[in-house]
Amino acid sequence: MTAMVKAEGVHKSYGAAHILKGIDLEVSRGEVFCLIGPSGSGKSTFLRCINHLEKINAGRLYVDGELVGYRQKGDKLYELKDSEVARNRRDIGMVFQRFNLFPHMTAVANVMEAPVQVKGESKAAARERAMALLERVGLADKAANYPSQLSGGQQQRVAIARALAMEPKLMLFDEPTSALDPELVGDVLDVMRGLAEEGMTMIVVTHEMGFAREVGDALVFMDDGVVVESGHPREVLTNPQHERTKSFLSKVL
Amino acid sequence: MTADLEKTGPADAPPPGNDEPEAIKAIPVRHYGRWVSAVVVLALLGLLINAFAGANVNYHAIPDYLFNSNVLSGLGKTVLISVLSMALGLVLGVVLAVMRLSKNPVTSSVAWVYIWFFRGTPVYVQLLVWFNLALIFPEINLGFIYRDYMSSFMTPFMAALLGLGLNEAAYMSEIVRGGIQSVDEGQTEAAHALGMSQGRTLRRIVLPQAMRVIVPPTGNEFINMLKTSSLAAGAAQYLELLRSTSDIGQTTGATVEMLFLAAVWYLILTSVFSVGQYYLERYYARGALRSLPLTPFQKIKANLAGFGGRTKGGATA
Repeated sequence: MTAMVKAEGVHKSYGAAHILKGIDLEVSRGEVFCLIGPSGSGKSTFLRCINHLEKINAGRLYVDGELVGYRQKGDKLYELKDSEVARNRRDIGMVFQRFNLFPHMTAVANVMEAPVQVKGESKAAARERAMALLERVGLADKAANYPSQLSGGQQQRVAIARALAMEPKLMLFDEPTSALDPELVGDVLDVMRGLAEEGMTMIVVTHEMGFAREVGDALVFMDDGVVVESGHPREVLTNPQHERTKSFLSKVL
Repeated sequence: MTADLEKTGPADAPPPGNDEPEAIKAIPVRHYGRWVSAVVVLALLGLLINAFAGANVNYHAIPDYLFNSNVLSGLGKTVLISVLSMALGLVLGVVLAVMRLSKNPVTSSVAWVYIWFFRGTPVYVQLLVWFNLALIFPEINLGFIYRDYMSSFMTPFMAALLGLGLNEAAYMSEIVRGGIQSVDEGQTEAAHALGMSQGRTLRRIVLPQAMRVIVPPTGNEFINMLKTSSLAAGAAQYLELLRSTSDIGQTTGATVEMLFLAAVWYLILTSVFSVGQYYLERYYARGALRSLPLTPFQKIKANLAGFGGRTKGGATA
């Protein structure tokens, strides 16, 4: 079985700033894959490359065996059309650090939006599923509220429900709890834990070492655009091999 | 609340007055400055009214002609040309804004040149050119679609519509562009991550949020348009409100009275549309504010209560 995500020598730079300097990694199906590292290490950028919000400059990136953003014919690479990129993104859910809920729509409308607009689902069916998803993240009673009337933790849970509404095969979490008050982090992590137990493939950029240790199946420590160390979370977090990993963990643990 | 009190009974209720903190009873600050400035302003206002009351104006002519059929016809034309020109400006403005923001260098430069030209020349000149277009193009020929003499195509109405509408589009496009750019980039990213296309993201996610920023200056533009449409009378022989009133003024000799009459109608129009704008803004504020702003009526009540420093907690709508 092919890996869900496979990166081969992925490079990314913005002008002169070289953010990713050759990333090689593999994420298996059903795995909770944690990316940790200091800010500016390139972990969020790498995550955004996976659904082609950022274009990579070199290397190859595969999701479910298919090249991200390009099509290979012989030894030539063709850029995908916008519509093809959009189609591929349907299967990849993304949760942002700043939630990015649509502020002009209620919670339930946020969750319904993509199924109705992108998949052409009927409104009634989409609403029913959206309500079930909100129920699942514990927010059925907030369905009619606008994002500005919800706490950060509630907004993030709606955002997870919104991503799940497209029935993705892969979920990307970009520091999902970094913008939350400490007492609200637990609710969001609980929802993510539930997802992991159901076998969702998840790539999680996080500073929550407890979550990584408890739920993660694999962990990568990135610094300065390269993978420094990888392995099982418990091993890497309790017995780091590299100096850089040790000094980072000593600061955050 | 009351049910709780009944359940616990009077014995459990706290003894009245004992635990209640004593409310502060202080002599309020006297705002002498407010009273003095109010008197000065009222006195000046009185002088102004007195001057106009004593002026050689036949005020009766204003209500007499307020609903004159020529005046009403001019009024209708003013509203018609303003609404249509604004609609043309709005649609074309959105198109130009999207063109300017596009990655295609040709479309964005063409939009830039359009805005540069139509914003850079007086609308009066543009109206004159449209009206006199027959002098340089005797015939209008759009292939199979339309073919006619320019003089019969470019009626005063068409000249006014094109002159005002195309000019407005240049201004509107800048307003729309500002609105689109005011929407957080995270919104576009979130929509794209869900698999939404560029166009759908613009229509469903970005524009509805941009409306909050777009509506207030657009209301301004519309009110401007109601007044600017009076230029179409001089430039394109379009018989709108100002022209119909001043025509009456010339035949009856009540020149200034009829100008006042026109002013009254313009004020009524702008007032009506301002109220409409207010409710439109309230509509697009949904989701952006935790609670909607007060309606004008609620505001007036709150302001009256606030005069003289006697603020009573504000209106809790």
